[in-house]
Amino acid sequence: MKRFGVQIPQVFIIVFLVLMVVLALGFEIPMNWIISDALVRLVMNGVLVLSLVPMLKAGIGINFGLPVGIVAGLLGLCISVNLRMKGLWGLSAGMLFSVPVAILLGYGYGAILNRVKGKEEITATFVGFSFIPLMNFFWTIAPFSNPAMLWPIGGKGMRPVIGLKSYFAKALNHLWMVEVMGVKIPVGLLLFFALLCLLLFVFFRTNFGRAMTAVGENEQFARLAGVNVARVRTWAIILSTMIAALGICVYAQSYGFIELYDAPLMMAFPAASAILVGGSMGRHTHIAHVVIGTFLFQTTYLISGPIANEMMLPEVAEIFRLMITNAIILYALLYEGGKRHDVG
Amino acid sequence: MTSGKRVPLVFVLLSGLAFYYSGMSPAFVLNEVITRFIRDGVMVLALIIPITAGMGINFSIVVGALCAQAGLILAVDFGLGSLSGLLLMTLVGMALSVVSGLIIGICLNRVKNREMITTIIIGFLATSIYQLIFMVGYGTLITPTNQEMMLSRGIGIRNMVDLEMFRNVMDTLWLFKIGRIEIPLFMILMVCAFAVMIKYITMTRLGKKFQVVGESHEKALALGINVPRVRIKAIVASTLIACLGHLFYILNIGMLNVYTAHMNTDIFSCAALMAGGATVVKARVRHGLLGIFLFHSLFIVSPQAGQNIFGNPALGEYFRSFVAYGTIAFALILNARNQEAKTGSIR
Repeated sequence: MKRFGVQIPQVFIIVFLVLMVVLALGFEIPMNWIISDALVRLVMNGVLVLSLVPMLKAGIGINFGLPVGIVAGLLGLCISVNLRMKGLWGLSAGMLFSVPVAILLGYGYGAILNRVKGKEEITATFVGFSFIPLMNFFWTIAPFSNPAMLWPIGGKGMRPVIGLKSYFAKALNHLWMVEVMGVKIPVGLLLFFALLCLLLFVFFRTNFGRAMTAVGENEQFARLAGVNVARVRTWAIILSTMIAALGICVYAQSYGFIELYDAPLMMAFPAASAILVGGSMGRHTHIAHVVIGTFLFQTTYLISGPIANEMMLPEVAEIFRLMITNAIILYALLYEGGKRHDVG
Repeated sequence: MTSGKRVPLVFVLLSGLAFYYSGMSPAFVLNEVITRFIRDGVMVLALIIPITAGMGINFSIVVGALCAQAGLILAVDFGLGSLSGLLLMTLVGMALSVVSGLIIGICLNRVKNREMITTIIIGFLATSIYQLIFMVGYGTLITPTNQEMMLSRGIGIRNMVDLEMFRNVMDTLWLFKIGRIEIPLFMILMVCAFAVMIKYITMTRLGKKFQVVGESHEKALALGINVPRVRIKAIVASTLIACLGHLFYILNIGMLNVYTAHMNTDIFSCAALMAGGATVVKARVRHGLLGIFLFHSLFIVSPQAGQNIFGNPALGEYFRSFVAYGTIAFALILNARNQEAKTGSIR
């Protein structure tokens, strides 16, 4: 149990989840619907959460600059929609287009973060924040031509929300969908997530992956062992950015819409919270933390909505979600800080 | 040229250009800047003490703002007008800020070197707690005396609370007019008084302690200074000043946006301070005062400039949010590089 670091957040969120499941049963919210949706939401957000792993392992900290990677993914998706590509091909093309963008952005982002060692998290937050208005500039003047993406009046500038219904909405969600006892299991989606997790797992078993972990564990030691620390850190950041780009592709197809402009601004915080709920503590991060954390976190998100509606206070769900998100991050910061303090 | 002068110079150039393209009248811009100076001045000054104490930018000044709003809502709830209301909201706000400042200070003592990210998260968390209290708690757990400010369903406060009884209590005191420029001298003096007070604090014994703690913890320990205690004091002071600053802000507007008025106060105040030439480790009162003028003049003219240059006011909006976030990002990056240069030279 210790390996998964059972802490107050986990206990709290599990108690909260059980309580809500009981409430949901009381309000007669259908269980099979909840399970199907929980599975979809696990992957929908799971890839974004997974993207935090390389930077955490390399000792750079939580990637609060997630919007940088998200923007790369959005750009790839927009190119794919602009070419009017449909179905799984459209989605794959979007992912493919976003990879070079993510590498480019990740390289620049990495160069910035390598300059601010020890203050990566706060700098990443503001790099992410300031990148969004910069991209808003781009979205308003972007040379895309598909009228489905442009403002209907004037025909210039991207819409804030682009419907994917006639392109690749739910393309991956509906791949190999199996129904067991009224529960819809999105096998294709789950397999895709499992494949990504496996690839990352294998990556950390390679020499380069081990070097990355070594940098995270003890930078001085890694440098003495002949590891080029700056290069390894840059690649960890590029990898995080790339997975984040794929993550938003999965998210957008699942949601059915591409959300541009200010939408990615705050996306880093729920993702960070999810991985922390999973039991990740700085450098000690496992893929299992991602899966467990996202599942617990997103399922609480999911159930809280209909329950709040039943209780006639729809805003409460949103407030509670934000509160839980930030309380978990704060707890993790305080806990880690306290630990370091005791040691040093 | 040091970075302390380069950043303000960039802002002078940018606002000059934006002003030229906006085609706004100088009198209008000056009036707006004076208004912003009164509204945001004290809030910007609230950031100075934690920076001096080496804790970086205190983004949790939002908490101080929330305390002020809570005090205001209570005053409106009890139907107190004018002076007694002002007294009540100030007292309640200050009491709440001392308590929350203590809590934040204790939290920050656990997270040395990660103070800034922690203060951001504390700000977000406090916002949620505040929303929960006033959107859900009011009408269920707390019984309001003033039904007018409640939503029609009986739970939660309206988005807007009118502050008619407080409007123009302070703003019109000693109001002068020079041509088309209005000068509310009393309020300007109030902001200046805060500036002098903070300047004075930095010169007292406590202020010297802040400086020593900011320079190096080892040195402070060697001098027998209780570092955690001094840091807590710095945060309490900052939260208190922020609370008073936010009262100025809301009273000047004359309306309270219950759920949104506090948002981004941290970002804008911080960007203004950095625009004045402050860094993450060194901030002076003059940086704050200069920064408010530079940052807000750019803020006022940029949407119109965007409209005139690109035919799209939204681009001006994006530009100014980019400037706000970007200035802070830039200050953080620059500071790290300076620190590296310093340690490098020692080696």
